[in-house]
Amino acid sequence: MPKIHIPTPLRQYAGKQPAIEVEASTIGEALSGLVAQHPDLRRHLYTDDGKLRAFVNVYLNDEDIRYLQKDATPVKASDSISIVPSIAGGRFDFRL
Amino acid sequence: MLKIPQSVYDSLRHHGEKTYPHECCGVLLGQMDGDIRTVASAAPAGNTRTDSAHNRYNIDPKDLVRIQREGREREEDIVGFYHSHPDHPAQWSPTDLAEAHWFGCSYVITSVEKGKAVLTNSFELTGTDENDKKLVDEKIEVG
Ligand SMILES: [Zn+2]
Repeated sequence: MPKIHIPTPLRQYAGKQPAIEVEASTIGEALSGLVAQHPDLRRHLYTDDGKLRAFVNVYLNDEDIRYLQKDATPVKASDSISIVPSIAGGRFDFRL
Repeated sequence: MLKIPQSVYDSLRHHGEKTYPHECCGVLLGQMDGDIRTVASAAPAGNTRTDSAHNRYNIDPKDLVRIQREGREREEDIVGFYHSHPDHPAQWSPTDLAEAHWFGCSYVITSVEKGKAVLTNSFELTGTDENDKKLVDEKIEVG
């Protein structure tokens, strides 16, 4: 089964597990299988209208699913899916 | 609290001096035990914000996936991140908070003045979601 790697901040909503295996043939199925097993994850991954949050990156092995076929991207049993919230910032202050 | 070996602490401060006047950034790996994050290693990352590298940083998620995988092979997890503030205090900015999403992780900031690393502070991202998040001062134990 494909394995989904959970980033450290979200493990508390995933039974403290670092990785979760789900039965899936696409990325969409893998992510819905994940939130079905761990419903508390949903609001951290999706907006209220069901879109993946802008700062949540999903990688199939080393590729961003946005540049593959998004939810329809096929996954194999040996694949590794990573959820990685973005890392950014800076000293730029928006002072009006 | 963040516990960090002297050599790793020195290397992240040095990274900020090397990239000056641009911001540096990188990932801290180690173990998380309740409120204590113990760093074992740091992985420098490239700053993708070449358009505005003097005041913005962004780690390519592709690098992050790789760093996370390499950490896993050493049984290390991502416990925090670091970046520098060239000619600016070692305090988080509104942009730093808005773009911080790794709850329970440390965000380490080093001020680099005229090319020399000055202060290094660490902040824990606390809260439960985007609406109540805060960056809170935390102690750094070096050694
Ligand atoms: Zn900053």
